[in-house]
Amino acid sequence: MNIAIPIFPGSNCDHDTEHVFGTVLGANVTSVWHKETSIGNPDMVIIPGGFSYGDYLRTGAIARFSPIMDAIQAYAQKGGPVIGICNGFQILLEAGMLPGVMLHNQNLRFICKPVHLKVEEGNRSQFTHGLNPAETFKIPISHGEGNYRIDDDGLKRLEDQQQIVFRYVNELGELDPAANVNGSTASIAGICNEKGNVLGLMPHPERAAEPQLGNTDGRHLLDSFLQAAHLTSTA
Amino acid sequence: MFQASVHVTLRPSILDPKGKASEQALHQLGLTMIQDVRIGKLITMNVEASSEEEAKQKVEEACQKLLANDVMEDVEIEMKRVNHDTSQ
Repeated sequence: MNIAIPIFPGSNCDHDTEHVFGTVLGANVTSVWHKETSIGNPDMVIIPGGFSYGDYLRTGAIARFSPIMDAIQAYAQKGGPVIGICNGFQILLEAGMLPGVMLHNQNLRFICKPVHLKVEEGNRSQFTHGLNPAETFKIPISHGEGNYRIDDDGLKRLEDQQQIVFRYVNELGELDPAANVNGSTASIAGICNEKGNVLGLMPHPERAAEPQLGNTDGRHLLDSFLQAAHLTSTA
Repeated sequence: MFQASVHVTLRPSILDPKGKASEQALHQLGLTMIQDVRIGKLITMNVEASSEEEAKQKVEEACQKLLANDVMEDVEIEMKRVNHDTSQ
């Protein structure tokens, strides 16, 4: 299993992501500097979290023009699995690989804490087949701009095409305005594209994948992501 | 040479947390008559072009491709001709 992790100036979750996929999950991980024009031939690309280009202009706005993004877009167009976590999600939005935008969190604060997530049953992403939609996952978030917004038509399209992948829920696994920590439209925490091979999510499963960190819920998500990449690579 | 001033503001329908926080602070200072504070960005640039229209077109392209996201932001562009000595 080969995983490529592009690194932008200001990425800061690249080492965590590399550690978890490499050391913890045993994949072969390659870091790729954003100036490169080739992503190689991986089974999956993970765009890590951080503050690429210091969030100048808008989060992810400048990273999308890094040379490596052309290669990642071409890779995704051919059906390659691409996951953006946090700032990676913001970059995918700015690149137009996923619909919608991110605004400042509704409470005006940077939020860094564990939240609860549920996988949307029947969603069309290829990444969640290993996850039980009845289960609730406790995963940390860490962002100032995670208030996902899309207009009514766009939301209808996401719902009709089952592109919503993760939603914020309360501890009991129920949709709850109080659990929608950043104010996102329809409590959205993660979405995929129409083909189901590009996923963006704000929570950080890579920060909750080892017993030493006190929480291994993220491991379930990452295992399922790897399973998806494995299926594509053998298809 | 033309100088462009690009004002980028969040669309009226979108919450502007910086504007809201500043407005609250102004009200605490007693300036309660101040309402609807919105904070945006001012981006200036010089554009080499043969006409103002051409320069404005390039600035619009820059806004569309990078400087603003039209899903959430509005853009106003002001153009003026400047004498810029390019020999230096």
